Parts: sequence; C-alpha cells; structure tokens
Amino acid sequence: MKKSRIRVLVAKPGLDGHDRGAKVIARALRDAGMEVIYTGLRQTPEQIIEAAIQEDVNVIGLSILSGAHMYIFPKIIKMLEERKMTDIMVIAGGIIPIEDISELKKMGIKEIFTPGTDTKKIVKFIKTNVAVA
Amino acid sequence: MSLTEKIRNGDSRAVAKLITMVENDFQNAQPFLKELHQYCGKAIVVGITGPPGSGKSTITDKLTKHLRKMNKKVGIIAIDPSSPFSGGAILGDRIRMQDLTTDKDVFIRSVGARGHLGGLSRSTQAVVKIMDAMGKDFIFIETVGVGQSEIDVIKVSDVVLLVVMPGMGDDIQVIKAGIMEIGDIFVVNKSDRDGSDKLIAEIEMMLHLIEKEEKWHPPILKTVGTENIGIDVLWKEVEKCTDYLKESGEMFLRRKNRTRKEIFDLFQESWREMFFQFISEERLEKEVERVLKQNDNPYNAVKKLSAIFKENLFKEGE
Repeated sequence: MKKSRIRVLVAKPGLDGHDRGAKVIARALRDAGMEVIYTGLRQTPEQIIEAAIQEDVNVIGLSILSGAHMYIFPKIIKMLEERKMTDIMVIAGGIIPIEDISELKKMGIKEIFTPGTDTKKIVKFIKTNVAVA
Repeated sequence: MSLTEKIRNGDSRAVAKLITMVENDFQNAQPFLKELHQYCGKAIVVGITGPPGSGKSTITDKLTKHLRKMNKKVGIIAIDPSSPFSGGAILGDRIRMQDLTTDKDVFIRSVGARGHLGGLSRSTQAVVKIMDAMGKDFIFIETVGVGQSEIDVIKVSDVVLLVVMPGMGDDIQVIKAGIMEIGDIFVVNKSDRDGSDKLIAEIEMMLHLIEKEEKWHPPILKTVGTENIGIDVLWKEVEKCTDYLKESGEMFLRRKNRTRKEIFDLFQESWREMFFQFISEERLEKEVERVLKQNDNPYNAVKKLSAIFKENLFKEGE
C-alpha cells in the first residue's frame, strides 16, 4: 500500500528574526496533511539546500522579511540548478515588493505569497502543482 | 551507478530517495534493502528517548558534535508525531541541529510517526539499515517525546539514553513501570534548574528497587545541553556501556531480539498486505455494518473473513 505525503521544507533565509508567519504556514500545511520540516531562523542557502536533499522534500517554502530576497533567492535557485534539483518546487512569502515579484518568478520561484494571503490558497497551490505517487 | 552503489558511496540524495521509498512504498523499496543488508551491522545504534521538551534534540546535537571531533560519521533519525486527524506533521528537530546540516559526514532525516505508536515510525528500522549501509559509525534515533510506555526504541537500539529533566511531576512518576525501566544511561538534562538533585536521588532509588540480573548499573548523569555541559562525560559512559554490552554478550542478545522482531514485523506486514488484497473493502464494510447493528459479533466476523482469506490463499498457491 502506498502512503505518500507531500514533504515541504519551510526555511527562513537571511537575518530577520521573526518567524510567526512561517509557523502559521507550517501549521496550515500540517493540517492539510503535509509533512513540514521546519529548520528555524537564519538559514544560509547552503543549509537550505543540504536540508532539502537529506529530507527529500517536494517543496521549499522560503519566508523572508528582511528585504534581502533579491540577493538570497537567486543564490538558492542557482544552487538548485547546479545540483540538478530543479524537480523541487520553490515558493516564497514575506515582505516582497510587487515590482520584484515578476523578476523572481522569471528566475524560477514558482509563486510568491504576500502578507494577507489565505493559507488555503497556498495549500491549494501546492496540491495542484506537486504530484506525489 | 545503481542506487545501492550510490548509497554505499555515501551519496546523500540516493540515501534520501530510498528513505522516502521506504516510507511511502515499502514493497518497492525491499529489493534495495535486500541488497544493502549484507553491509549492515557495523554502526552502533543509540536510542535517545524522554518526555517532550527534555532536550533530546539538543543532546543529540551536542553528542554528534563531540563525535565529529573524533572524526566519526553520524546518522540521525529524528522522529516527531504525525497529526492523527490530517496525517500531516511539523518536524522541527533540525532547529537544534542547524550547524550539523552542512557537515557532509552527518546525515539527518526527520520522520513523521505516521500513526505508529510506541515512539518510532514503522520505517525506523529500515532507515537505520540504510544509514548503516552508507557507512555511518553511529546512528542516533531520537524518538517522539514519550510519556510512560513508548518503549519501542529498545527494540531497534544497541544502547538507550533516557533524557529527563527536573520539575516533571512528583516522585511516584519515577517508579511507574515502562519508560523508566529501559534506560541504559539516565541523563538529567537542564540540571542547572531546581530539583535536579532530588530527581537524581529519586532515580537512584528506583534503580535500586529494580532487580536486574545484568551487571550494568545505569549511571545517572547531569547535563546542561544548551551549554554543552556534561556531554564529554556522557559520551564516555556511552562508550563504557557499549563495551560492557559487547563483552557480556548482551549486545548480541539485543541484536538477536531485534532481528527476530524484524522478521516477525515483516511477516505481519506481508500478511496485512494480503488481507487487503484478498478481502475487498466492501466485504469488510459489510461485516463492520453487521457487527455495528448487533446482527453479528466481531469474533464471528473474523472467522468469516479468515475463511475467505484461506480460500484465496489456496487459490493463489495452485
């Protein structure tokens, strides 16, 4: 019998110290039946990539409030490409100005959820875009 | 290179993929586990258990760092509970192990218990195997936060550390059966808090009350995990304990029991699979309805289902 679960790494890159939002998302994904690996604050891109490998996740959810997203996100995407891990879907949330969104999406971030997004929308997005056997 | 060769070479992606397969689709993972089995048995498996919040993750983190100084390779299986309602889980043990993430000789896997009781997940034993085959010297199994009777960890570990902390209840808690009886080593963590000496005295008393034939007397050690206090002494005791277990033949006995349990579990699992293969959901539901409406009892239901099961089994054999 197969019992697959969607596995999501919720990661907080950068230096900001608030993870209320990340925890709310983690909780919502858990309630939607997903296994959420939460790694805590201030993660380097290297740590995020390595954790994603070891945990064999389907999705990486990045939460960032510090404004460093145009610096950190490209690094993470590049590392995923270098290690041929583009099968992992990357989504992001936090304080991200609208003018940055299209560029981040072009880069390979699949979707960006800004403050006030209904968690159900995030759950639905993941379930529609991730196929697990 | 085949998946198993990659695992033998320590390729963490291959290891991670096989662990996922073991968790989701055990039947398909079996051929790989079969191949890997011959390389297993080298790693020492250390179970770390205790109530929620006692510091299991922190102790695991600090012991791993201690072992890394000696250039030992470490695998960590960190189990957290799954929601009984949604089946989802928040696996948060990595928060205390952040610095270990980028060490290429440490492999950490967070695992949801997925409805399995007893403090472990159903896949734990297979995950131990995979980490053993990838060449880890030590494998830590960090259980879910346990209460009083989740003692499955002794069935898969060589050595068990029981991590407790002061202020968890009156002394009668200490003499209850179950969890307090399975520690080879007692770790009183957060020992800078009030009540740690009293807790040690209580555990000591309990240990005197248990009549064990073994010559090993579980030591009780004080640690402050977050400050890295007492970790080196703790590891020395783990080494002493494993030496004792090896020399006394106890380790052999434990591994023998583990193997017996593994065979039994696999057997049970394969029959369970057959149950659902031979008996349709509708057929099962029919019996459930009958019993529920008092038209029949569960004992008769099992008899009837067993008859169908046997019939199908013989058909399959022909």
